[in-house]
Amino acid sequence: MIISIASGKGGTGKTTIATNLAVALGEPVQLLDCDVEEPNAHLFLNPVMYRSLDVHLEVPEIDPARCTYCGKCREICQFNAIAILPNAALTFPELCHSCGGCFLVCTEKAMISKNRLIGVIETGARGPIRFVHGRLRVGEALAPPLIRRVKAETDNGVLTIIDAPPGTSCPVLAAVWGSDLVLLVTEPTPFGLNDLELAVAAVREMELPLGLVINRADVGDRRVHDYAAREKIPIFLEIPFDREVAETYARGELMVEKMPEWRGLMLSLFERIQAELEGGRLRKAAAGSR
Amino acid sequence: MHELVVLSGKGGTGKTSLVGALAALGRQQVLCDADVDAADLHLLLDPDILERHDFYAGHRAVIREDSCLRCGECLDWCRFQAISADFQINPLLCEGCGVCWTLCPAKAIDFPENLCGQWFSSETRFGPLVHARLGVAAENSGKLVALIRQEARQLAEARGLDWIITDGPPGIGCPVIASLGDASAVLMITEPSISGQHDLERIAALVDHFRLPSFILVNKADLHWPMARAIRKFCDVKGYHFMGYLPYTRDFIQAQVEGKTILEYDSNNQIKQVVAGLWKKLRQEIHQLNPPEPSKATARAARP
Ligand code: SF4
Ligand code: SF4
Ligand code: SF4
Ligand code: SF4
Repeated sequence: MIISIASGKGGTGKTTIATNLAVALGEPVQLLDCDVEEPNAHLFLNPVMYRSLDVHLEVPEIDPARCTYCGKCREICQFNAIAILPNAALTFPELCHSCGGCFLVCTEKAMISKNRLIGVIETGARGPIRFVHGRLRVGEALAPPLIRRVKAETDNGVLTIIDAPPGTSCPVLAAVWGSDLVLLVTEPTPFGLNDLELAVAAVREMELPLGLVINRADVGDRRVHDYAAREKIPIFLEIPFDREVAETYARGELMVEKMPEWRGLMLSLFERIQAELEGGRLRKAAAGSR
Repeated sequence: MHELVVLSGKGGTGKTSLVGALAALGRQQVLCDADVDAADLHLLLDPDILERHDFYAGHRAVIREDSCLRCGECLDWCRFQAISADFQINPLLCEGCGVCWTLCPAKAIDFPENLCGQWFSSETRFGPLVHARLGVAAENSGKLVALIRQEARQLAEARGLDWIITDGPPGIGCPVIASLGDASAVLMITEPSISGQHDLERIAALVDHFRLPSFILVNKADLHWPMARAIRKFCDVKGYHFMGYLPYTRDFIQAQVEGKTILEYDSNNQIKQVVAGLWKKLRQEIHQLNPPEPSKATARAARP
């Protein structure tokens, strides 16, 4: 089972839910931090890291001794990563999406395979939790390939929790793709609602089941609740604002360790997730037998 | 012309609320919401949309079933696993690299342009606003950021406005990189938490890549003073301009609920003073760092 924890708006408590849920479960679980631009889960989990792996993208370099300046590679490249002049061939590795097209079309064997470092993947553990995250190299623009590499570390058969990046564009899609359920963490404010609507549209585009966690549920107004009711999106958990939570978070500590009631909150959240998935399976089976 | 880009790395630190407050302080500016995949600034500024434009970027491949030979070559070529075993291309996974389209032996693949969103040119009570809405699960947010910043610049030039205030995207990836080229300075707003500090270090390192002057403000400072002070120290060590602390207050949210900037929501004088002081200091520092250039027209005229 793969559960992704996402949110349109940043700073709503995604990482808090992901880390506390993983620890509260107390059973073998893997936590993949796919927010590779700003990975934070390790700051709260403090796993023992035991492996670090550089991640590269294959990019081309052109061998001037072989190149005939025919221009085929430039034509196939949709990302302007190659320029061919009458007597020179240039590549711009930082623009390359590593689609492999130029390698396929060059008939002169002039394409040399080079690498661009996009980040690292680190693996660690904390008790029964296996932890993996990616760190995008500062200055690197393309997060999705690194996110896909983090997800390739998934050990199937073990419950997987994915901490997704904020927003609704391609990095979120890369992180959430293939999940069984998406948990959207939001807050009941106008910004929270606006970004939630965008995130719901994105999750629905992927045709995945979803549920809400409303954090700081007693600030702001009721528009998020009304929206959820209107759209028939189940609210799995509401957490009121609590200064102690904010302070615990600021110090980098886990709620489940400082505030005993959080263990129950997280376990009830997990039950709701399981029930939703079970309900979804039943609905599907019923629809199938009809 | 000066462009101040406001960034946070981490989300939820109050970036958009701060941009709204800066907007409320002046009139001689163009506002630009470059947080294109979760744009919120319009919720505070209630814009009258004057122009809407579709934003096309890149392409998506589509297989024409009746022409496809089912040779299976494209499955091998596609590095993004976008083509299924029954020769359907998933538009959400297609990277738009065009390899299948170029190489398909039957020329059975179309490659239409991709509608990635919309952008708007609007008027608000604090001046013009250029903003956008990225399509659902769309790509090319970096290109959209570059485009609306360009539009904001042209608008500022056309109206003779000196400042652009840009609400930047979160993170450090493609849209953030697109928000930094040619900016005058970057204001980073963070919060005193272990993740706020961690994310600030990464975004500040990115801004250093661009050799832009960095100004840093700590919001919700009283939630954890030791960390707030640690961030101040970090600024001193790294040579970033530390701009001060803001207290934690629910007024930001209450103002948001009423569709107002914090400066129009009149319960909190302390915030008003800090923000007004901040803006004054920022303007002075940025003017000093980027002395006004001769305008393009005079520069052109001076050329032989
Ligand atoms: S396809 Fe090969 S030979 Fe032709 S321009 Fe590119 S590198 Fe040179
Ligand atoms: S691998 Fe693809 S994106 Fe990279 S240079 Fe070659 S054609 Fe362009
Ligand atoms: S390469 Fe072209 S003909 Fe072959 S399976 Fe793909 S679309 Fe069909
Ligand atoms: S355009 Fe590129 S990414 Fe899209 S289906 Fe074709 S080969 Fe795959």
